Amino acid sequence: MAIDRQTVNRVAFLARLKIDDDKIEATEEEFNKILNWVEQLNEVNTDEVEPLSAVNDLPLICREDNVTEGSQADKILANAPMAEYGYFVVPKVVE
Amino acid sequence: MIIEGKEKKWEIVCGLEIHCQIISESKIFSGASTRFGADANENVSFVDAGMPGMLPTLNRYCVHQAVKTGLGLRAKINKFSEFSRKNYFYADMPTGYQITQFQYPIVGEGVVTVDLEDGSSKDIRIERMHIEQDAGKSIHDIDSRKTFIDLNRAGVGLMEIVTKPDFRSPEEAGAFLKKLRSILRYLGTCDGNMDEGSMRCDVNVSVRPAGSDELRTRCEMKNVNSVKFVMQAIENEARRHVEVYENGGTVEQETRQFDPISGQTKVMRKKEFAHDYRYFPEPDLPPLVLTDEYIKQVADELPELPDAKKARFVEKLGLTKYDAMVICENKEVADFFEKAAAGHDAKKVANWLMGDFFAMLKRKNLTIDESPVSAENLGALVELIEKNVISGKIAKDVFEIMSETGDAPEKIVEEKGLKQVTDTGAIEAVVDKVIAENPDKVSAYKGGKTGLMGWFVGQVIKESKGKANPQIVNRLLAEKLN
Repeated sequence: MAIDRQTVNRVAFLARLKIDDDKIEATEEEFNKILNWVEQLNEVNTDEVEPLSAVNDLPLICREDNVTEGSQADKILANAPMAEYGYFVVPKVVE
Repeated sequence: MIIEGKEKKWEIVCGLEIHCQIISESKIFSGASTRFGADANENVSFVDAGMPGMLPTLNRYCVHQAVKTGLGLRAKINKFSEFSRKNYFYADMPTGYQITQFQYPIVGEGVVTVDLEDGSSKDIRIERMHIEQDAGKSIHDIDSRKTFIDLNRAGVGLMEIVTKPDFRSPEEAGAFLKKLRSILRYLGTCDGNMDEGSMRCDVNVSVRPAGSDELRTRCEMKNVNSVKFVMQAIENEARRHVEVYENGGTVEQETRQFDPISGQTKVMRKKEFAHDYRYFPEPDLPPLVLTDEYIKQVADELPELPDAKKARFVEKLGLTKYDAMVICENKEVADFFEKAAAGHDAKKVANWLMGDFFAMLKRKNLTIDESPVSAENLGALVELIEKNVISGKIAKDVFEIMSETGDAPEKIVEEKGLKQVTDTGAIEAVVDKVIAENPDKVSAYKGGKTGLMGWFVGQVIKESKGKANPQIVNRLLAEKLN
């Protein structure tokens, strides 16, 4: 699978990463190296193997429906770059 | 519904996706409260705020609610399901991904029967239902340059129900939403309030030449928040498609926004800017595995649902389909009716309930739980009419007093002396009096103006202050005048 410049830009946008123009070529190469390495997995025959969704074969532990947390807006907002009236504040988001 | 185009007839193809907030005390992956109306960010745990290192733990009761809902939709419950991450950036979702279900949802195919205006019904197929977490709330109208974020809703459990593209008219979609809301309320798994956002609807619409089975490009309208608006959005969007096709254009796949004021839709997001969600299995949660015993145990808890109740009211209590449908839409109304009808003429109780009783609630702006007239007293009133203790006309007056005082009808009838007079002797005296006082009318009647009979009956009833039994009055007058 070959990665081109357009794909690098697309992935960077989705991950909200800024890649400088002079770094794109190098990133493209690195991408391809990683993918080629992972592609070795295609050599294994998986015809009879069910897709794996969890690596550890652990049971799912559930909680009871009780309220155990809350009333801590000050702590929730403690690291917010901007907060007002108990809300997080961000630059205007209009889709 | 068929849309008449310039060239040909078109039919609507529509499917719905409905997000329903799960009724639970705490959130689906954290121990924060789901209570509506708390101060901003007070119902938030570190999991909901997306703090590093926090791990989600699934709320057992949310699973229970989802299985119950699935069974209520007559759907297949998947014993194996798994959670996935749906990745996107938005300020009201601090983790940068939503935990949802993608490839393996908890509920598979099901069916909901909807009741249509003309008395017919139609089965709408359910494609799937999965569980996921809700996002926080963005408030855009406090400041012109800032958006305020409240995470109280972030992490509240949601059930997303997806239908097959089975709707052929706005009416069918409206009937479906009403029926779904009714089922969810009976089950107690979602309160179904669209105006408060606890039930939210995305609408997918396309059109095709009537009679064909092709599927053309569809457009999606997100978060349409009332049954009326959903119906409007479907019709207007379908008409827009017909116009585009008949003018030689093509419909683009896009997300559109419904404007409740104009009733029209406008482009929100084109396909080339469509989100790329990059789903992958949620590494923090192992798959969800259910047993047959568990599913059976939930099934045993199911209440009687609207369709079953409706059928029973028609078969066992003799109601018409329409009356049963109206009464069964709301569980509180159905329960009230059953209590009122116990031991009485159910059909007559239904008439009173849907007539004077509903009118009274509406006039006083009360819910059925707040009614001053109890179910028992409504039943007792019908019984008094049945036993000829009071006439239907007097009963209306008694009902008025009941709705003011909340008193039992027997007490009112007793205290106000409203008992119907069935004593033939007493009525005969009144009949004789009316005849004696109106010799001109008597001769006119005898001369052939038989239409005057009604006038005589009216006079006698009036003279008796409404208490004379009309059948007896009729019989005595006929005997004496003929």
